[in-house]
Amino acid sequence: MGAVGDFIHSIPIDLLIIQTVNGIVTGMILALVASGLTLIFGIMDVVNFAHGELFMLGAYMGVIAFATTGNFWVALVLASLIVGIFGAALQIVTLRPLIGRDPLNTILATFGISLVLQNYALWQFGPVARKISEPISAEFTLFYLQYPWYRIVIAVLSAAIIGALWLFLKFNKFGVWIRATTQDRVMAQAMGIPVPWVYTGVFALGAAMAAASGVLFAPFGGVDSSMGLQWVLEAFIVVVVGGMGNLGGSVVAAIFISLLEAYAAVWLNPSQAVIASFVVLILTLLFRPTGLFAVPK
Amino acid sequence: MSEEANSAEPLVRVEGVHTYYGKSHILHGVSLTIGAGEVVGLLGRNGVGKSTTLKSIMGLVQPTQGTVTLNGRAVTGMPPHRLARLGIGYVPEDRRIFRLLTVMENLRTGLDRKGVTEETRKSLLDKVFAYFPVLAERRTQAGGTLSGGEQQMLAIARAMMLEPKIILLDEPTEGLMPRMVSQIGHIIEALHKEGISILLVEQNVPLTLRASQRVYIMEKGNVRHHCAASELDVNDAVIKQYLGV
Amino acid sequence: MTSASLDKTMPLAKKRLSHTTTYWLVFCIVMAALIVAPLVLPEFWAGFLTEVLIWGLLAMSSDLLIGYTGMVSFGHSAFFGLGMYGAAAALLLVKPGNLWLAILFGLGGAAGAAVFVAYFSTRLRDIYFAITTLIFSQIFYVIIFTWTSLTGGENGLIFDQPHFTIPFLVNVPFNSTTMHWFVLAVVAGSYLILRRVTQSPFGMVLQSIRENEARTRAIGYPVERYKIVSVMLSGLFAGLAGVLYAVQKEFAAPDFVYFLTSGEAVIYNLIGGVGTLVGPIVGAGFFQLARQLLSQWLGDQFPYLIPLGIVFIAMIIFLPQGLLGFARRWLNR
Repeated sequence: MGAVGDFIHSIPIDLLIIQTVNGIVTGMILALVASGLTLIFGIMDVVNFAHGELFMLGAYMGVIAFATTGNFWVALVLASLIVGIFGAALQIVTLRPLIGRDPLNTILATFGISLVLQNYALWQFGPVARKISEPISAEFTLFYLQYPWYRIVIAVLSAAIIGALWLFLKFNKFGVWIRATTQDRVMAQAMGIPVPWVYTGVFALGAAMAAASGVLFAPFGGVDSSMGLQWVLEAFIVVVVGGMGNLGGSVVAAIFISLLEAYAAVWLNPSQAVIASFVVLILTLLFRPTGLFAVPK
Repeated sequence: MSEEANSAEPLVRVEGVHTYYGKSHILHGVSLTIGAGEVVGLLGRNGVGKSTTLKSIMGLVQPTQGTVTLNGRAVTGMPPHRLARLGIGYVPEDRRIFRLLTVMENLRTGLDRKGVTEETRKSLLDKVFAYFPVLAERRTQAGGTLSGGEQQMLAIARAMMLEPKIILLDEPTEGLMPRMVSQIGHIIEALHKEGISILLVEQNVPLTLRASQRVYIMEKGNVRHHCAASELDVNDAVIKQYLGV
Repeated sequence: MTSASLDKTMPLAKKRLSHTTTYWLVFCIVMAALIVAPLVLPEFWAGFLTEVLIWGLLAMSSDLLIGYTGMVSFGHSAFFGLGMYGAAAALLLVKPGNLWLAILFGLGGAAGAAVFVAYFSTRLRDIYFAITTLIFSQIFYVIIFTWTSLTGGENGLIFDQPHFTIPFLVNVPFNSTTMHWFVLAVVAGSYLILRRVTQSPFGMVLQSIRENEARTRAIGYPVERYKIVSVMLSGLFAGLAGVLYAVQKEFAAPDFVYFLTSGEAVIYNLIGGVGTLVGPIVGAGFFQLARQLLSQWLGDQFPYLIPLGIVFIAMIIFLPQGLLGFARRWLNR
């Protein structure tokens, strides 16, 4: 009882609660990034390796838009729009020609795109990290910390965006088109749905969501050309664990994995904490490869 | 062999179409016409290329040779979504309704088009629910929960949402109970009365002969016989030759 | 009578060279050029050529998986990295460094990683497999990067180049020319072995798996076992490339375990031509040469990956069979 009691006393409850909050915040951003990725995969069967770079580009566009307009929220909308349109153009030029070909081609193409975008950003913006100042600098007291309200806002906003996406898919005309295309591409076309444009639209939507995540993340994470790499790996893990194409699953998986990493960071150092996500992935692949939270169709 | 139903350019003309699936040469120069407001039957044994003919018209497979025209305009190889908007409705074998969408959402895929007024929407829905009251009852149910016959009705209703000039019907009575089969017959008649052309692929010979004005009979990827439906009888030698077991 | 029938067959054989003859002729010419190269090229380019051969070996090993078995893998950086660090371990633990021990350790390390990947290859398909292999590279990267006491972390490991030794017979240090010849021998040998493998009945089954896995399984082949062997072989040769790199450069660094290295191997593969074995080597050469020239003409700071990346993407769209794709059939006969 003594050793157990000592262990229980040594668990830093306040730190754990702080980490819980941190985990949820990071988890929501990760969920937003992963949603775009799982949407693109679920509907178009495209593994978008460039998704992290779209996140990164969004952050840079946010920096520029913020510098120009001075308003964070305007910058957020502008950056998402710009990257969304860019994503559409990208899809039309590089991915449309590959429709119907071996999926290996799209994986390699998006990988190539990610290399080009990453190096472009490094070349264009330089290696020094940029920052956007937080739109809301108020803080509240969480135990011994002054915790920024902004982080809570990020989590809420991410949830709102994902919620809006879900509503869009369920009720909006284009949402119905997207769902029909996912279920039966051929019959969707036979019903007059312009499937190639649905694909472009979905890619643009995914890109815009990645960009929005980048802008939201920028104030507390900084912006540099390699930020996409770290997020894309985590996002892929989330997508696989949540079930590819499963929007709800990826949200739950994102929060779950982020929480685990946040707790792990209490005892390990941050670059090792990421192992938590690897462990979850391996366990998922061993026991429920279609996704821990996959809903049977 | 009767004369053409009308001397003016028919609604749909298929001329010399060759289609392959991979390396298999399925259609060897198929030619047929469907006039405006006509019901045309397409008969033949399994595997002769009837469904492929429909798919070639609908742009779901690309012919390597030959032409398909709609109202005189060449539409060969156009993407299916354009053909749907130009007025060709397609009801495939095994229905293929959107199983995870509700009945209403299934109908919406055809209804949510450019240029459809609120009035037209309402009148189309009213018409379809009049034809198929069962669909009105089940309008919020997921397509996958409907019975086979109900799914067939939904597939036809969905195509009607496009306000098509012609509907390509692929084996609508397959797997249905006799009561449903006769209902399909009534529906085809009703569509015909509205002036919608129909290209009907069927294994059910009596139904086809009753519903159609003309029939084509296919064998091995080509049209072998063409005449008015009235000239044929279920026991006809021709029928036995091309369709007999 | 007999001479008449002989007359019928002789002229045919004389009309043109058989495929085998042409193939080996071309092979010998290329080998000769590569052997002579370090003697005529300036030192920098000789070393460059050696490195191209090593990257070519890495890309070739990935071709076995991608081009012949149809399994896209981004895990080769793990095999390469473990080969590299395995060799480093041998060269640091046993002094003076023994070349063959380094190879043994390196292959052992790579084999260990390959077992991991092989296991998952049987349970996952396509995209899931590709992503998993990518994550594996990252797992190894994180381990190597953070386990500083063992691996030197960020800074990697430095060690001395071993001598070329044949017990009781030879013990000479390498110079850049002899190193080149050694690497060439290993790479050429690997190519010949892999060629033998892909043309064997085993290789035919692999290709059948690539074309239609379900049908291959339905015919009765134990697809899982074939996949495992394919992954192991691929991993071993990738590890061998890692050993060569360590031995040539005298250092091991975690950068090479990052998944981007696998990505580069796959790029070389595609540019050169999947399913040709020798294409990836050409692809490696093309890519490295382009990079070198671009940085020479346009300066070090020029982001050479931008135009190269665009070329790569354009090739996927317009020339997916790669530079040597047109010769694919010929190379595999």
